[in-house]
Amino acid sequence: MTYLIYDTTIEGFLTAVFEVYELKLDKVAIRKNNLEMPQLFAEIIEVRTNFDKAKRVSEKLTSILNKNGFQSLLKTLLSELESIEDDILKVIRYALECKKNILSDFGHPAVLEIKQVLKKINRERHRMNAFVRFKLANDGTYYAFIEPDFDVLPLISNHFKSRYADQNWLIYDLKRNRGIYYNQEKVEFVILEVNAKEQNQKLTINLDPSEIEFQKLWKSYFKSTNISSRKNMKLHLQHVPKRYWKYLIEKS
Amino acid sequence: MNWDRINEKLSILADAAKYDVSCSSSGSKRTNKGKNLGDSSGVGICHSYTEDGRCVSLLKILLTNYCIYDCLYCVSRKSNDIKRAAFKVEEVVDLTLNFYRRNYIEGLFLSSGIFKNPDYTMERLVLVAKKLRLDYKFNGYIHLKTIPGASDELMYEAGLYADRLSVNIELPTKSGLKLLAPDKDHKTMLAPMNTIQQGIQIYKEEKKLIKSSPKFTPAGQSSQMIIGATNESDLDIVKTSTFLYKKYNLKRVYYSGYVPVLSDNKLPTLGTPVPMVRENRLYQTDWLFRFYKFKPQEIVNEFYPNLDLEIDPKLSWALRNMDYFPVDINTADYHMILRIPGVGVRSAQKIIAARKHAYLSYEQLKKIGIALNRAKYFIICKNYYFTKDFDHNRLKSEILHFSTSKYKKNFSNQLSLF
Repeated sequence: MTYLIYDTTIEGFLTAVFEVYELKLDKVAIRKNNLEMPQLFAEIIEVRTNFDKAKRVSEKLTSILNKNGFQSLLKTLLSELESIEDDILKVIRYALECKKNILSDFGHPAVLEIKQVLKKINRERHRMNAFVRFKLANDGTYYAFIEPDFDVLPLISNHFKSRYADQNWLIYDLKRNRGIYYNQEKVEFVILEVNAKEQNQKLTINLDPSEIEFQKLWKSYFKSTNISSRKNMKLHLQHVPKRYWKYLIEKS
Repeated sequence: MNWDRINEKLSILADAAKYDVSCSSSGSKRTNKGKNLGDSSGVGICHSYTEDGRCVSLLKILLTNYCIYDCLYCVSRKSNDIKRAAFKVEEVVDLTLNFYRRNYIEGLFLSSGIFKNPDYTMERLVLVAKKLRLDYKFNGYIHLKTIPGASDELMYEAGLYADRLSVNIELPTKSGLKLLAPDKDHKTMLAPMNTIQQGIQIYKEEKKLIKSSPKFTPAGQSSQMIIGATNESDLDIVKTSTFLYKKYNLKRVYYSGYVPVLSDNKLPTLGTPVPMVRENRLYQTDWLFRFYKFKPQEIVNEFYPNLDLEIDPKLSWALRNMDYFPVDINTADYHMILRIPGVGVRSAQKIIAARKHAYLSYEQLKKIGIALNRAKYFIICKNYYFTKDFDHNRLKSEILHFSTSKYKKNFSNQLSLF
């Protein structure tokens, strides 16, 4: 078994795919470099990210799977599943073998797996578009903390950028300790100096005086708009699973 | 700002608005040009869900719950002894913007009790939308309820700022309306729909010639009716909604199961359960017409004026029409696959896509994620054939036996203590 280790970037992964074909590797697995590797009986090759090689893979696969299909295949890397690369590689091999767009061939186990992972990621992205709750700090910045199941920040960035174009905002992923910050010009990835997750209690952001009042209003609204004679907690929980409550003003 | 007073008003006016069913925030594209607030991509977002399981997408409030009418089914009717309140135009604008900026909502759904007269009320609703769009360059979603009897000019102006306009038909039958809402008449209520539809038509024509024509109600119009307040049949309801869809090209007709709010001998008694199952069956029926190409008379007609509460309308249709089954998954056309009980639009599309690559077997269908507990009685696929050796009554009881309905408890007449 050969392990190709890449730097967690998309280009790194595509370079690794290139090497699989270049070195004609059969028993091979591509892995992120932040994972523990088995030492015994395994050959480990560190892949050096090469943009030309990545581009060649990208062009070839785009021509077979079309742009959307190829992008969605890569999107599954955001799932952070330990061996999602295996399924992606299987799909790539199947596509190159058939030389046609096989992304609708749900009878193929790897294609199906990719589809299912993709569905989960898209659901999480949609949830973040819905469940982010901004609080207004006294310097005029709107900020929100999240802990999504997958690394969806790159997927939600444009949505928030075009929606809140006239306000400074920060969405910070406490699970992965990085965030996106928008300064009314562009969106940038940022890392807060303090380890925000551990320091959560101490991480004091001075709120705008109106903030707490609007939170109260929102909670009142949420309560008043409910029809208690139609109570259906099962449905409620299905739509708003408990793990998201922590950051939802109306549920905390 | 007097926060406590605003809070009180918000509680009263949200409570009074909550029986309006629509929460849709989709179907309208407003792109944020320049550095302004808001952007609608056409996809709706549900930002939260109340404990009744309904989505919270818009700030849904009344401008006021003062009302000159006395409709029996309505909490805000004149003769009802409740707290009254009214928002100022600026207050609604302010709430909408601040909730939107915090990502609580997609926009505003503004309705109102009728104070002074229809025009006076409508004018204020339009003013809120106008301020949001022009003064604050707000690109979020705005849904305005139109007030029957307001002038055409106001309706037209409303259409320029709102994404959706709606006119409540209130009750499915004319006789029901006469009985419960003596101040309102059927014709006056339909008139605004006509005005809006003409506006949309004119806009569409203009748009073809001049691309920059201002938008007019881009998410279309919808309506809603209360069900279970009078003794209408499901056939009555379907006839009315079919009429509305056809005649006024509505985007949606919503059903609101009657929640007993007052005791009167013309109404179901207080404590009557909300007809949630019936409401659900009517929505399923609505879906069958809108997405599954069923014709109304296939689902309800003189012989079957009411929907079966125990099973969904699609299964009910299949059991009445066993001649169409079993359907061959690998050869049948899309429309027939859509008619298989248990197979939804997505599943049907998946089947069509997957069978291009392989001759599908029962196991493969399962893997793809097709729900077979229903479908298995109605299909043929590779190595699988359902022999229909029993009649539809036996099939129905078999299906019921092996499925657990989330509504099962509602069928029992006995009161459950827990």
